[in-house]
Amino acid sequence: MSVFDGLKFRRVYSPIHNLDPRIKFIYVCAIFVIAIMFGELLPLVVLFLIQIPFVLLAGVKREWIRSMRGAAFLATIIFLTNFVFAYLGARGIGQSLENAVAMTLRFIVLIESFSIFFLTTSPDHLGLALEQTHVPYEFTFAFTTAVRFVPVLAEEAQTIMDAQKARGLELERGNFLKRIRNYIPILIPLIVSAIRRSLELAEAMESRAWGATKKRTNLYVLKMHKGDFILAAMTIGILAVAIYIRLYLPIPSINQLLTGIN
Amino acid sequence: MIEVEDIYFTYPNGIEALKGISLTIKNGEFVAIMGQNGAGKTTLVKHFNGLLKPTKGKVLVDGVETTKVSVATLARKVGFVFQNPDHQLFSETVEDEITFALKNFGFKETVIKKRVSWALNLLGLTQYRKTSPFMLSGGERKRVALASVLAWDPKILILDEPTIGQDYQQKEKLRQFILQLKAQRKTIIIVTHDVEFVAECNPRVILMREGKIVADGEASKILTTPEVLNQAFIVPPQIAQIFFQLSDLGFPRDIIDIYEAREILLKAIRRKTM
Ligand SMILES: Nc1ncnc2c1ncn2[C@@H]1O[C@H](COP(=O)(O)OP(=O)(O)O)[C@@H](O)[C@H]1O
Ligand SMILES: [Mg+2]
Repeated sequence: MSVFDGLKFRRVYSPIHNLDPRIKFIYVCAIFVIAIMFGELLPLVVLFLIQIPFVLLAGVKREWIRSMRGAAFLATIIFLTNFVFAYLGARGIGQSLENAVAMTLRFIVLIESFSIFFLTTSPDHLGLALEQTHVPYEFTFAFTTAVRFVPVLAEEAQTIMDAQKARGLELERGNFLKRIRNYIPILIPLIVSAIRRSLELAEAMESRAWGATKKRTNLYVLKMHKGDFILAAMTIGILAVAIYIRLYLPIPSINQLLTGIN
Repeated sequence: MIEVEDIYFTYPNGIEALKGISLTIKNGEFVAIMGQNGAGKTTLVKHFNGLLKPTKGKVLVDGVETTKVSVATLARKVGFVFQNPDHQLFSETVEDEITFALKNFGFKETVIKKRVSWALNLLGLTQYRKTSPFMLSGGERKRVALASVLAWDPKILILDEPTIGQDYQQKEKLRQFILQLKAQRKTIIIVTHDVEFVAECNPRVILMREGKIVADGEASKILTTPEVLNQAFIVPPQIAQIFFQLSDLGFPRDIIDIYEAREILLKAIRRKTM
């Protein structure tokens, strides 16, 4: 659940929240691509650090830390597998360690940038962005509705769990199979009420003339502002520098740097 | 007996829902917890069967601290009927729904049979024994939820918003039912903001506002004290409102019971006509 916490949008105002989601998305994709481009530790550390000003500027430090903590478990697994396999592949401890840390950091950078994106972009904004890039409105609507209902469903799941516990259900009891079966009394009410709710939503929408005209108008229209151009320029800059480094510069490993100093 | 000693509770998202609550509910008492939406009523009663544990302070049920035992153990003693029956119904038939908790508590097969029939009969659901709970109406689903808890005969019963979505007749049945349980010396705790319902039941009233208790006492006292009700954003019951407006003619102000009101008014009319 805590990984999802890191994706939950909270309505606050900050320079980052006001950015055009399209540009933000391109920025996230650029970071994504760069993270894939580099397997070395040093550039990944830089990539990790670049994002921290965004977090601070957006004022979502607490949520961001929570999502990082949520990713910790997977990160540990990635670290251990990489380390073990590199070490078995007869590389030295130092190098295996550096390699494993780099791979883990790559994963963290990916989570980090997506978490920043979802933490600072309201579902409505995102829908608007999709719509203005000519994605059919049916898809846009389905997408934004799904995103919006995730927290509602999570809350409902909690209530259902409480209701069944109050009837003596013990989720942690029994062998593996029994434990899975224990979730039936939770899943069925959850699914039934989700379906019931979606039918109600459909009726409510139709009674408010959903799909009456093909061309919808929007109250808000996304426009690029100064901040968006700055972010766009930054994205291009970072991407260009990254490509240049990748193609023309050797990247020293931390191990080499350390031995160089000695 | 439930003893609550100065509890505080903060949800993981940082909302402080209870801020220093102390109270004692004795065996056989009938209590209504009232207050506007978000006052913390549900949060408070979820402490009574251990679903929530206080961040600070303690809750004792029959002398045992709720942090020391599992919810399942407490639930055997403290039945909790949730506000929305759709949050608990999942079985193929009404009968299975009622059996679920009994199996969880490890009742014997023969006892389960008896209890199920008893509970079905008690709530007038016998004809739906083999029906899917999802095919029933809202009021009936609520009754199934209630039956599924009453079946294990808990000595304390908590009902969260039992009157929401019920028509007048169903409410009246519910009231009769609660009075019947009360006669059996069960402890009953209802959470509600339905003043008319509370006025007709005349329980002990605990009034909450923003995670604190603002008043605790007899319904006829609390529901007729406008200053207290205002604090908790509750409107007095209609009978009380009539008597407020008649009070400058010398009528008493603390009337919420229909029969009492009738007696007083009849007496006044007789005095006039004689
Ligand atoms: N699961 C939860 N997570 C976070 N906050 C909650 C949760 N449940 C309730 N709250 C908050 O706690 C406060 C009290 O809620 P609740 O006890 O449900 O009030 P009531 O039952 O009196 O309407 C409210 O501000 C509500 O938003
Ligand atoms: Mg409530």
